[in-house]
Amino acid sequence: MATYIIRRFFLMILTLIGMSILIFVMLRLVPGNISDILFDAAGMVNEADKARLEAELGLDKPIIVQYWTWISGLMTGDLGYAYVSEKPALDEILPRIPVTAKLALLALIFSVLIGVPLGVISAVKQDSILDYSLRVFSLSGLSLPSFWLALLILMAFVHYFGWIPIYTDKPASIWHEIGLLSIPALAVGFRASALIMRLTRSSMLEVLRQDYIRTARAKGASTASVNYNHALRNAVLPVITIIGIEAAFLIGGLIVTETVFNIPGVARFLVEAIRWRDYPIVQNLVMFIAVVTVVVNFLVDMAYVLLDPRIKYDD
Amino acid sequence: MATADHQAELTRAGANINSSWSRFTYYVRRYPLGAAGALIVIAFVVIAIFAPFFATLDPTTTNARTSLAPPGGQHFLGADFMGRDMWSRIVYGARISLMVGIGSTVLGCFFGVIIGLLSGYYGGWLDLITQRFIDIMQALPLLVMALLMAASLGPSLENTIIAISIPIIPHVARVIRSNTLALREMPYVEAAKAVGMSETKIAFRHVLPNTIAPLIVLGTAQLGSAILTEASLSFLGLGVPEPHPSWGRMLSESAAEYVRTAPWLVIFPGIAISLAVFGTNLLGDAVRDILDPRQRS
Repeated sequence: MATYIIRRFFLMILTLIGMSILIFVMLRLVPGNISDILFDAAGMVNEADKARLEAELGLDKPIIVQYWTWISGLMTGDLGYAYVSEKPALDEILPRIPVTAKLALLALIFSVLIGVPLGVISAVKQDSILDYSLRVFSLSGLSLPSFWLALLILMAFVHYFGWIPIYTDKPASIWHEIGLLSIPALAVGFRASALIMRLTRSSMLEVLRQDYIRTARAKGASTASVNYNHALRNAVLPVITIIGIEAAFLIGGLIVTETVFNIPGVARFLVEAIRWRDYPIVQNLVMFIAVVTVVVNFLVDMAYVLLDPRIKYDD
Repeated sequence: MATADHQAELTRAGANINSSWSRFTYYVRRYPLGAAGALIVIAFVVIAIFAPFFATLDPTTTNARTSLAPPGGQHFLGADFMGRDMWSRIVYGARISLMVGIGSTVLGCFFGVIIGLLSGYYGGWLDLITQRFIDIMQALPLLVMALLMAASLGPSLENTIIAISIPIIPHVARVIRSNTLALREMPYVEAAKAVGMSETKIAFRHVLPNTIAPLIVLGTAQLGSAILTEASLSFLGLGVPEPHPSWGRMLSESAAEYVRTAPWLVIFPGIAISLAVFGTNLLGDAVRDILDPRQRS
């Protein structure tokens, strides 16, 4: 097992190195860099000024040198300067992480709280009207764009309460903060819960067909005991794997939801930085997102090894 | 009596299919949700193809006098800030959505199949390199990848299609590769080798046709997510540019401020997106059940 973990760890590092190259190259494909945009915006045409600006931002150096500057900076915590605000990129990114992290955590909690019980009910009552309605419900969860759901929630607030919950970075109390964040978190979590529900259902159905479930029934265990003590415990394992996929799913939802609710988190910041072609911010943020998803997937794999004693990794 | 029951059982199991009509009614009865999905998808395709017949007004004509007109009268779904008819814009938006959805899915599947087939069939260092590359591509969330691609390619209809197809490629390649690995060991591949067929010819003649079923399953499943990604990109202002009426961008133009003043601008495009994606998802589930019995739920 130790060799499996070590191998998996090095693969993760390799993926991240490849990722950094991919991000860097993709951003350099962009027609027109920040100096072009600043020039258009300011209406300047002087070529010498433009060259000076490019030299100042390091855009005139060969691409390999630019890449090396970035990577060696990453190792020492120096992420360069944001083009737009001219502040260190790290100072721009770090303060925005907590709010997105809180939002993601709440959304994950919501998605598990909604997804797992509904998935179990759907499986236990397979092919009933309830099962059909829950399946349509989960499929509709996958079909609603989360930004539209967010807009609908806003609309409901305007209609019923006459006001819109506005995010503030100085909440009165922790409950106030949770209350404010749980509205966008619900918009993101609903979509994610659909995924969990579908997986819980199919995993539960598979377990319910196993021999040990028949044995449990035969020895006279109650239906509830069979469903929850025998089946659910085994069915939850694959659901844990999906948390890795879920991380990627949540980030996609957060990008649009933070935009709708005007929440100053990293996800909305990414869109703003892309619009401005703010390379230092974009490449560092995307790298950050990649690190988060890759590490979460790695941890989920490790958790799986620990939780499921049936799996042996000998190679 | 017993024979009658026996007959009914056979019909229910789909054994008595002898005409295309009985096949049709069998599938509708067996997969009611899938049939509903197919109906929705067909409706959207018809609306998209015959958009000029369904639209009541030109989707791009602006009119200051009807700015933010509420639903009713000439604009029965209302008009946007520039006085453009919402119904006509939604009808033409179906074209954009389907075009981007189908275009990016086909493009992504095409490259995904080639990469998956070659890396699965030939194996070795080629497989090793593509596998690592696929790992890297999959490390980024779909929307982030599409955002990056869209931003680096610049806003246009074609570039949006390319940007959305990129994250589909690794997904398809992975599935096709694992299928190919199993197919490679089949007796008919061995037979083809024995009669001296070239490797490339075997890969494309004998292995490729057998990956069609999983490919159709994947394709229908990806279609909904491609339509949704287009809507998200356009909503963020990085997707299909003006003057194309895109459902996603209609929502971004109207988003937060119109929630108070003109809710119809928020409700209708959202319904269009959700319904289209819902239909493809229902259809995708049924197609998977029919073509891939191992995953049957």
